[in-house]
Amino acid sequence: MTLSAPGPSRNLPQYGALIAVLLANWLLFPDFFAIRLQDGRLFGSLIDVLNRGAPVALLAIGMTMVIATRGVDLSVGAVMAISGAVAATMTGAGWGLPAVLAASLAAGLLCGLWNGLLVAVLRIQPIIATLILMVAGRGIAQLVTEGQIVTFTSPALAFIGGGSFLTVPMPVVITIALLAVTALLVRATALGLMIEAVGVNRLSSAGAGVNTPVVLVAVYVWCGLCAAVAGLIVTADIRGADANNAGLWLELDAILAVVVGGTSLLGGRFGLVLSVVGALIIQAMNTGILLSGFKPEFNLIVKAGVLLVVLLLQSPTLTLFLPRPKGARPMGTVKPPVAPTSGGAKP
Amino acid sequence: MTASTAPPSSAPLLAIRGLSKAFLGVQALDGVDFTLRHGEIHALLGENGAGKSTLIKTLTGVYQRDGGTVALEGREIAPRGVEEAQRLHIGTVYQEVNLLPNLSVAENLFLGRQPMRWGLVDRGAMRRRARAILMPYGLSIDVTAPLGRFSVATQQIIAIARAVDMSAKVLILDEPTASLDAQEVAVLFKVMRTLRSRGIGIVFVTHFLDQVYEVCDRITVLRNGRLVGERRTAELPRLDLVAMMLGRELEAAAHRIDLGPAELDSRPPLASFKAFGKSRSVEPFDLDIRPGEVVALAGLLGSGRTETVRLVFGMDRADQGEATVDGRKVRLKGPRDAVRLGFGFCPEDRKKEGIVGELSVRENIILALQARQGWLKPIPRRRQEEIADRFIRLLDIRTPDAERPIQLLSGGNQQKALLARWLATEPRLLILDEPTRGIDVGAHAEIIRLIERLCADGMALLVVSSELEEIVAYSRRVVVLRDRRHVAELRGGEVSVERIVAAIASESKSGEVRQ
Amino acid sequence: MTSALQRFLPLIVTTAVLVVGFLLCAAQFPNFASWRVVGNLLTDNAFLGITAVGMTFVILSGGIDLSVGAVIGFTTVLLAVLIEHGGWHPLAAFAVALIAAGGFGAAMGGVIHVFQMPPFIVTLAGMFIARGLGFVLTTDSVPINHPLYGELNDIALRFGAGGKLSLPAMLMLGVVVAAVVLAHWTRFGANLYALGGNRQSAELMGVPVGRTTVAVYALSGLLAGLAGIVFSLYTGAGYSLAATGVELDTITAVVIGGTQLTGGYGYVVGTFVGVLIQGLIQTYITFDGTLSSWWTKIAIGVLLFVFILLQKGLLTVWAGRGGEPAEA
Repeated sequence: MTLSAPGPSRNLPQYGALIAVLLANWLLFPDFFAIRLQDGRLFGSLIDVLNRGAPVALLAIGMTMVIATRGVDLSVGAVMAISGAVAATMTGAGWGLPAVLAASLAAGLLCGLWNGLLVAVLRIQPIIATLILMVAGRGIAQLVTEGQIVTFTSPALAFIGGGSFLTVPMPVVITIALLAVTALLVRATALGLMIEAVGVNRLSSAGAGVNTPVVLVAVYVWCGLCAAVAGLIVTADIRGADANNAGLWLELDAILAVVVGGTSLLGGRFGLVLSVVGALIIQAMNTGILLSGFKPEFNLIVKAGVLLVVLLLQSPTLTLFLPRPKGARPMGTVKPPVAPTSGGAKP
Repeated sequence: MTASTAPPSSAPLLAIRGLSKAFLGVQALDGVDFTLRHGEIHALLGENGAGKSTLIKTLTGVYQRDGGTVALEGREIAPRGVEEAQRLHIGTVYQEVNLLPNLSVAENLFLGRQPMRWGLVDRGAMRRRARAILMPYGLSIDVTAPLGRFSVATQQIIAIARAVDMSAKVLILDEPTASLDAQEVAVLFKVMRTLRSRGIGIVFVTHFLDQVYEVCDRITVLRNGRLVGERRTAELPRLDLVAMMLGRELEAAAHRIDLGPAELDSRPPLASFKAFGKSRSVEPFDLDIRPGEVVALAGLLGSGRTETVRLVFGMDRADQGEATVDGRKVRLKGPRDAVRLGFGFCPEDRKKEGIVGELSVRENIILALQARQGWLKPIPRRRQEEIADRFIRLLDIRTPDAERPIQLLSGGNQQKALLARWLATEPRLLILDEPTRGIDVGAHAEIIRLIERLCADGMALLVVSSELEEIVAYSRRVVVLRDRRHVAELRGGEVSVERIVAAIASESKSGEVRQ
Repeated sequence: MTSALQRFLPLIVTTAVLVVGFLLCAAQFPNFASWRVVGNLLTDNAFLGITAVGMTFVILSGGIDLSVGAVIGFTTVLLAVLIEHGGWHPLAAFAVALIAAGGFGAAMGGVIHVFQMPPFIVTLAGMFIARGLGFVLTTDSVPINHPLYGELNDIALRFGAGGKLSLPAMLMLGVVVAAVVLAHWTRFGANLYALGGNRQSAELMGVPVGRTTVAVYALSGLLAGLAGIVFSLYTGAGYSLAATGVELDTITAVVIGGTQLTGGYGYVVGTFVGVLIQGLIQTYITFDGTLSSWWTKIAIGVLLFVFILLQKGLLTVWAGRGGEPAEA
């Protein structure tokens, strides 16, 4: 049980890390912050970080809420492949953009619903429940594309991946929009509170009258939707659907982004914006490694290093010895000692 | 029952002198003495927070003592872990059986000390020896079956058998009877007496005074980390024992409040349950609850009290009978149905089923109200703060502010915050399961006062409590349970500790006859 | 239902699925029921089977190891680089690879135990590191041309008509047998089950929790390393992207084999059968010729779902017995 609530000052490490990585990139590559306008679209390394980070950021938005309920969704990569496959195949078959979008997103929602029902109704552990779709999902995507890499030429669909809106690349626009909608959905309603309550203590929440199955299904459905959007963007970007490789291993990046963003894998408090920041940190590091001339192969090791450091900072063993950051809480709380008796509370 | 089983010997089996242990400034044990003789069953008693658990865990090496001496047969010991304590012949059996349900009985008995042959575990020998070990306990069971398949009582005895077989001279039983029924307790006591006759010293921790008087030779009472005294059971009247434990003379049932008798009975019941029950949980019962009255459920642990209120709140689903509220038949498929009907429920296990630990006091308080309103109608932050602050003042919840995570509050304040959660929904029926369990004396009195006030305000209360004096003080009706069955109902003037105890005990006798 | 039957039910069902599946395949394709097919089934899935044994142990202890596929990939690269670029003798390279893989697992186990971190995420980091190290060594697929490789690949026990038991298959069978002994006839095995049953109780009963945790991840790493050696024999090359997704295949095999992912319940033999079921599906699809490869994934997903439901059902049955709601 960690007390890792992203309070105002607990966010500092994430923003600090992002700024540090960006500054490091700038030192390696003085033109890093240079942005230029070309053909009505912004270009530059920074924009590139945002643009390339969009799919993982989108996945991280959905994943954050799933993790906040103490779950995890391993199937998001496969769902990306399915939604991309649906989009590319339907576009190839001559369907219009609205129908294509609706069908791809519906596929994502359906996948999320499946996961949600397994977790909420059948009460299967999330890792296992979503493992099913992770394994079978790619097969389904290949079934849709009939094993081909389906390409398309529709400029309408391609616009989602390569176009721009008010000079900002569409993936960035879509990510911001989805982030805003999601934040509104959870913070302007009581959904956020319920998600956190279910994540911290499902039994207590149910006892207080919270409709836990619905909350759980909702987060998985939303996670499926986010994955479908990410799948659309990737497909639109490469103008084709590769059922084998679309979104491959991105579920791990998404989990990493959420963890870097400070949401505990043990559920509870979550920060959507912080998860997106986490995704950007990861992408900025990728870009930095590229810019610094290291082989991209180092990416994975660096990622692992970051993951370990973040985890170590959250580890119960370490937090017992390290002082909490000052001002993390108004009243300067100290975690109580391990209760001397199992049940009885000591003053 | 006398304590003359063991002759006085030069060195007692276990002698603890001046034991002290503190946790970050909280003195859990302060200069405690404890003496265990060979062939003696010695009750270690005290209210929650008295220091029993700390004493036991220091003995078994889970904690290291700060000061004092522990001598086993005259030899100073300081176990640094459970294993070492076992080697020093100190065995422990905990309330929740600390064996492994997924392993076979034999594997549980021999984990870590399996008989080996040619470097491999000799499974045949293990089975044979397991059967032999269990024989004296009257257990002839399939030792290759997973432990989890057996009843808690059987598991408990297997745990004792393991501890004794690991050459325990001192056997610590930490509330072993908490989830056993009377018959199982009788079997356990038989085992304990047998072990006593073999010279083993047994430390017996329990909350049941009847059991203390039935089986124990001596009693040591702790209170707030200090030794109150050691007595022979035969020489210590019950009332004196209770006084030792509570540290105050009992005011008997002196301040029994006026409960406005006959008039209430004519009111139509708020909620009514007919032949309501769940197989393997609690026998079908009839129960009416009228507005403005306190109905208490009394009985020993495991008698079906908690099961009853869990059915009433829909935490468990009844499989027979029907429930009506305001004369209309209702379904109670889950807590959400109950909340919609205006019920509230403070469960016994606060940590597991009550509080949402990481969330703030404010969020915990408004959670039920918010859940009832649905997620689409959020309570504005300002209003949340008002509600939280109002109840923090009203119930005197001691917290620096409403934003503190509730898990950092003391047990009593957590309990009050849970009460606040339900009061905020303005419930018509509030169900409290052991509302004063694990709470210090001050908060205890406050909660009782609060119960009285709530009932005066016209809310109906259904309370489960092990504290009979408490029940007598505030209940208008008491339903007595035994063996998962509602066996008696006392109302108005009939309500007294003696009558309740008699109701529990009388049934106990007829139960024995039944066997 | 007798207690023994009930305990072995998941295993029995899994085995029945394998047998029935095999008979159905044999009924459809006359050539299917041959020793050659059986031999190939064992050889083709040897590396998976070896890895899955390690995974079974980890899962039995209540953990999970996502790094195994990456460790296999890394091992093949390490072998290729040592043998081809470094000029090492393969046997020396094997030894180094096994030590490295086992040490890697032990390190993860140490981190999991000391820092009380979720195994899922620690081994995820381990997966990144192992893949990354493989990439750093080389991103190319390096063929291994040492003569010993050819000799090792020629070792085979021939039986029946056209059937042969290759070295990888023999290794896998040996590992499975050793694992069964380890699981049920050693204290380490009992400790594993204890740890998976309830960590706290296990500790109170004197199980060396830390040592067991480190050992089980070391074992999983070691077996992944062995699987890497087998894989490099099988493919005759080292490639850092080799065996991607094997962690999933092994977890799937473990689940189909009847082991509870929450730990404490399950059998190594079940995992072995689970591996064979996956192999059988693949073989069937190859035999059929008209079915596309993705049906493998879908079929395995469906199997996974069915077996998880089965486990769920059994657990409920078990919980229903003697699991009276206690008031305490």
